[in-house]
Amino acid sequence: MANWVFHSLSRGIRTTRWPTDPETAAGVTPGRPRAGVGSAELAARCPTEALFPHDNGVGVDFGHCVHCQRCRHGDEALAWEQDFTWTSKPEQGREALPARFSRSIHVRYIDAGACGGCMGEIRLIDAPAYNMHRVGIFITATPRDADVLLVGGPVTEAMREPLRKAYEAMPEPKRVVAMGVCAINGGVFGTSFASAGGVAAEIPVDLVIPGCPPPPLAIIHALLAVTGRTEPAELVENP
Amino acid sequence: MSTASGISNLAQALRDQHADTTIHDRGDRLLIEASTDRLYDLAVALTSDHGCEFADLAIEQHAEQDAEEDTASFTARYFFYADTGVLVEIVTASTNAELPAISDRIHAADWHEREAEDMFGIHFTGHPFMGDFILHDTVWPENVAPMRRGFDHGERVSEKGLGEDWQPPRLIDEPGLFAFPVGPIWSDYAESGLWILETPGEHIHQAHTRLFYKFRGVQKIAEGQSTGQALLLAERFSGSSAFAHGLAYCQALEKLAGCEVPARAQMLRVIVAEFERIRYHAMTIAELAGSTGLAVGKARGQDIEETLLRLSGEVFSHRYLFGLIAPGGLAWAPDDEALARLDHGLQAAAEELEQLERLLTASSSFLDRIEEMGGLSTEDAVRYGTLGPVARAADRTLDLRVSLPYGIYDRLKVTVAHETEGDGYARMRVFFSEIRVSAALIRDLLSRLEDGPFAAPFEVVPGAALGWVEAPAGATFHWLRVDEAGLIARWQVAAPSFRNWHAFQQVFDGAAFQDFPIIMASYGLSVAENDR
Repeated sequence: MANWVFHSLSRGIRTTRWPTDPETAAGVTPGRPRAGVGSAELAARCPTEALFPHDNGVGVDFGHCVHCQRCRHGDEALAWEQDFTWTSKPEQGREALPARFSRSIHVRYIDAGACGGCMGEIRLIDAPAYNMHRVGIFITATPRDADVLLVGGPVTEAMREPLRKAYEAMPEPKRVVAMGVCAINGGVFGTSFASAGGVAAEIPVDLVIPGCPPPPLAIIHALLAVTGRTEPAELVENP
Repeated sequence: MSTASGISNLAQALRDQHADTTIHDRGDRLLIEASTDRLYDLAVALTSDHGCEFADLAIEQHAEQDAEEDTASFTARYFFYADTGVLVEIVTASTNAELPAISDRIHAADWHEREAEDMFGIHFTGHPFMGDFILHDTVWPENVAPMRRGFDHGERVSEKGLGEDWQPPRLIDEPGLFAFPVGPIWSDYAESGLWILETPGEHIHQAHTRLFYKFRGVQKIAEGQSTGQALLLAERFSGSSAFAHGLAYCQALEKLAGCEVPARAQMLRVIVAEFERIRYHAMTIAELAGSTGLAVGKARGQDIEETLLRLSGEVFSHRYLFGLIAPGGLAWAPDDEALARLDHGLQAAAEELEQLERLLTASSSFLDRIEEMGGLSTEDAVRYGTLGPVARAADRTLDLRVSLPYGIYDRLKVTVAHETEGDGYARMRVFFSEIRVSAALIRDLLSRLEDGPFAAPFEVVPGAALGWVEAPAGATFHWLRVDEAGLIARWQVAAPSFRNWHAFQQVFDGAAFQDFPIIMASYGLSVAENDR
């Protein structure tokens, strides 16, 4: 007979204290490049055009950064920051959900062509290390119970209709969060015969989470921003 | 038997049997030029008489051709391998967009032929099931062949499809039986796909798998990209085994360039690839525990998975190992101090996994749900050409690290996991056993890591080559053609999940509804990897 209780209790509390306290454990995020001093050649090294040359150096469009790390190593390199509060609000994004939602939002996740990266990270917001329930986030199986639609992937041709139907089935008020660079603009898959090039091509998007993939804390940050419990960040940074 | 003597022996045997075909011994592989008439006999001889496995089918449209119906001509490359380390390539030309189906005898090729039919509009004579596969009839019009040269991959084709409602396939006619759809949006965080269960209400009598909801056209959109750009796709079409696919892709490029990867880089590549396998299996185990409702087991599994992801982020700068692999070696390498942390962290995680295995195998309520459940017979495992842990749990010990070694695996001792029952419990034991083997490989290499550069200078050379890797889910083959400008002209990815999903419908004997997610979790397959 396995003594799960003893083995589990003996390990103590494994859950992060973020957002009450900062989370600085190594490896909770892939980090991201920050705008800074650099040449046009450094900007040109970026294969996804996330870096752009600027009068004062190199700027970063986080909506395109896929953490390929090509600007991180080598002769000239940008400084990378190990943060994860990346969620940003597009211009047409609706305001935060009313205060009565702030301790309990129900989320329906939709895989609209996500690779294993986003799939892996979304599964982990429920893991002991992050435990979404402690901040009032719940996953629901049906869009009819959902306040928030969290969508990963570039939106493939065959997922356009299921995505639209799921959105239409949600009760008002509702919000949509596009998770990962693919869901923002198609990412490495771009816009093509098979990919819509992001969630906004099909349904309105209220918040976007940059990252490839965004780590669990970045997802939780976004879901807190949906109810106004955290502030969204800027998507583009000039040096 | 060495690879060289294996190739010449097989060449001799085939020349005796098939005097009228041209057989070249190319050193690294046996190249057979055959007419389409001879293709079927040769393929059957390779698999039935010479113990070869079907690896991949790569189609290429001739460069000068437009997308004209029926007149388009193609080159088809059928890859096989024997566990003596011999790779065989049959090249045949089709001038009328027709090829003979080999899948009636070599069932492993079935989905490969259906893919070629959908993507290139090639008719496979003798194939019984064509139609709705990658390009769903509800979404795509008839006669779209996206991989043909004249097809513009930037243009959206249509949003109406055939304009008809798609009807789920039904095989069983029985009073009270109905088709229960699961998907494409289902469960909490499940990947999109559709499974149609024929059921009288509780027991599953027949299952149908309909995938490719996540088809992103990776092989098409890569055409015309630089090799550095397409590497981003190689890593990101299946992020849970990013390093394995990136490695197979880079090995094809290195073969073209004749690039020698330095010893230290080779060792580091094995360390990272085996690390990825451990993390992939840890995730599968956590999901398996969760699927049975054993929440505490899932939590422990996820805790280990998260520990490994953080270790990966700390040592390799990315939780899913993106941006590490590069042609010629690695893009960059962690220093010795970071590698020492990897060693330390991995040992701790390996101990945790040992403990988790002891706890799981002592939980009878858990074992009741996976024992004799989702059983894949050895016969089906062979017939469908299943790969990876799924095959190795069903008495089919196939592992490219041993049967077709790449990198430095021929100098390493890889113990291939082996179970015989083919059920969920056997698969779980294979996952744990492979974790142990991988951890031992990493520890061994870290203890004797050679000094030297982490990459060799690399330059893109045009041509076509095949790279392969034993990815966490099984064998993967990447066939690449690079044109004179150094851009990708054609890229064919054979993914292990593609092969294993094909067999998935065979495993519901005696299963009821509540077993469905458990069986699926015990397979540890990726839809993203299959759909590409």
